[in-house]
Amino acid sequence: MKKLMLGNEAVARGLYEAGCGVASSYPGTPSTEITEALAKYPEVYAEWAPNEKVACETALGAAIGGRRAFCAMKHVGLNVAADPLFTASYTGVNAGMVLAVADDPGMHSSQNEQDSRHYAVAAKLPMVEPADSAECIAFVKEAYRLSEEYDTPVLLRMSTRISHSQSLVETAPRAELPLKAYEKNPAKYVMMPAFAKAKHPKVEARQQALAEFAETTSLNQVVPGSRKIGIIAAGTTYQYAREAMGEGASYLKLGLVNPLPTKLIQDFAAGVDKVYVIEELDDVIEAHCRKIGVEVTGKGLFPWVGEFSQRLVAEKLAGVGEPAYVFPEPVPVRPPVMCAGCPHRGLFYALNKLKVTVSGDIGCYTLGASAPLNAMDTTICMGASISALHGFNAARGEESAARSVAVIGDSTFIHSGITSLINVSYNMGISTVIVLDNSITGMTGHQQNPTTGLTLKGDPTAKVSIEKLCEAIGISRVRVVDPYDLEAVLAAVKEELAVKEPSVIISRRPCALLKYVKHEAPLKIGPEKCKGCKACLKLGCPAISMADGKARIDVSQCVGCGVCEGLCAFGAIGK
Amino acid sequence: MNKNMMIVGVGGQGSLLASRLLGSVVMAAGYDVKVSEVHGMSQRGGSVVTYVKYSDGAVFSPVVNEGEADLIISFELLEGARYLPFLKKDGRLVVNSQQIAPMPVITGAAVYPEDIAGKICALGADLTVLDALSLAEEAGSAKAVNVVLMGAASKFLGFDEALWQQAIGECVPEKFIELNRRAFALGRAHQG
Repeated sequence: MKKLMLGNEAVARGLYEAGCGVASSYPGTPSTEITEALAKYPEVYAEWAPNEKVACETALGAAIGGRRAFCAMKHVGLNVAADPLFTASYTGVNAGMVLAVADDPGMHSSQNEQDSRHYAVAAKLPMVEPADSAECIAFVKEAYRLSEEYDTPVLLRMSTRISHSQSLVETAPRAELPLKAYEKNPAKYVMMPAFAKAKHPKVEARQQALAEFAETTSLNQVVPGSRKIGIIAAGTTYQYAREAMGEGASYLKLGLVNPLPTKLIQDFAAGVDKVYVIEELDDVIEAHCRKIGVEVTGKGLFPWVGEFSQRLVAEKLAGVGEPAYVFPEPVPVRPPVMCAGCPHRGLFYALNKLKVTVSGDIGCYTLGASAPLNAMDTTICMGASISALHGFNAARGEESAARSVAVIGDSTFIHSGITSLINVSYNMGISTVIVLDNSITGMTGHQQNPTTGLTLKGDPTAKVSIEKLCEAIGISRVRVVDPYDLEAVLAAVKEELAVKEPSVIISRRPCALLKYVKHEAPLKIGPEKCKGCKACLKLGCPAISMADGKARIDVSQCVGCGVCEGLCAFGAIGK
Repeated sequence: MNKNMMIVGVGGQGSLLASRLLGSVVMAAGYDVKVSEVHGMSQRGGSVVTYVKYSDGAVFSPVVNEGEADLIISFELLEGARYLPFLKKDGRLVVNSQQIAPMPVITGAAVYPEDIAGKICALGADLTVLDALSLAEEAGSAKAVNVVLMGAASKFLGFDEALWQQAIGECVPEKFIELNRRAFALGRAHQG
């Protein structure tokens, strides 16, 4: 029976059916739901790791240990996992290993737009790219087969539109695979120079063998149509091209995106008048075509940035009409905002008020950079808030340290903030670090992490104490504040900025969207008391707006956090 | 036959459930279907858009582009104006009259346009406007705005109502099924 299934859920289904036994991932949009869906199958051991490097190493260990293994991450997560990945290419596997990496063209939820195919090329690993949910299931199974036949981890490249689109699939039962024997084999698994030198030629030979496989595999398909135009594409861009051009073009749809075939492309090109390569982000396929002497049009016509669409393809190759209806006035943008009742809001209001330099990090709280809070100076990558502040203060001196803070979420702190904080402590920095502990990994949609006391499967477990951890690495000034208590927050930040030693403020309150968080009754504004001064609007709360010169609270959004109450000089806000 | 639908609104208004209902109905009616959702940062009160496409042949691209939508269901008035260029000539916009100020309007950096519905009508687009929030409250919860709107839109989609009832039974948690059935009925009964 056919089912409508999200791409990410289909990857999980493919993993389940392929007999995957161990999965370790770190959440990251658009990859998160793969591991969440996989955790629902009791036959699979699935976990959240503290970061992608740990996840990748765990999966590799499981594969060496004889179980089909998996890890998932977003594109930038693969930067973190790159270290084990490159050497896993040398060790190869025992049971198969698949690593899913989800790119985010258009940056729906990311800090950059990098193209993960470069990792497949650089680490000399096979990479498959599905174009819908049915292919997610099929390609995962084929990836495990390739992994074991060619003794290599296999990369599964996803993108936002494949991960987060539902399409029809057919499911099958799980393959129950016995645990493979593990045999001690230092020449295969101990990558010290003597053994690694022997391994590198084998990696090159494997790439050669896979390149030959690429010529004939059914992962790559020719879809015949008009011979006037030939289009080479993979994944979601194939879907855009197919919709835009229909029978008006022939297609070479690539499912194996590394290594790329040679003869298959040459033959396809020879059969059509003109060849276009349509690929989002970088020119990986186009550069390969040039290398093998096939003349193509690619980035000369299509952009290097952003998501593609069928309209873009049609615009470049066939022409499009103007929209029938356009609203005649400017439509104000609607950027994402911190939710009503978000515990981060009070903290960022305080930082804005204190006019400090804020070294930011990755999470919901990155929204503190937006108006009206405007309380963030830098955001680079997971964990960079603390280390970048340390460097900033090393450059600018003690006076700078008295006017700057780092902000980092609980999950991000565990991911890669701890080593940065050790650097501050070890090298006698005096930076002030604020850990925004909302008791969950928020932005990706509420995943457990080592500070929450629960595992991915919901089992109670050991809970990392951020306070004790900070003390253990040599930070003696550690304090906890409630971000709903603005005065306490302001006092704590001022005091810690004043001292000439490193300090950590833990701003602790659970995310307002967590189901167990009890909300207070919505607040009201007494219209007779409100002077229309707009002081409450400086919080950037989506529940507060102006109407007829007075502030107004939207009762359907307000959760009664009370932060605005303290800002009103006229006592106009109350129950 | 290919049909392109869009469900647009503000993150947190329940567009995921709405698109899943429509996806279930379309699948049960025997069509090929793709549903494209939004997860991650945009969900935090930002402008969100979900695409539902179906065909008696095959659906390729999961997204709908400008000038392609047969039906746009907008959970908020301003979002209806934002996505209007996606409407096909002679397509229909079903829009909630509820207004939610975006942050640039709250901070005073931008103005929420006046009489959006009137201006859309003046362009000659087929428009259905309803106060889905009041109908949702009448059904028992302000959160049911999404299902009220699907009820209103269902009249323009031509599927058997039994398919919708079946989809509500499948997609909604047990204890909210009756509430959502009431919400759907109120939306479907809306005249205008």
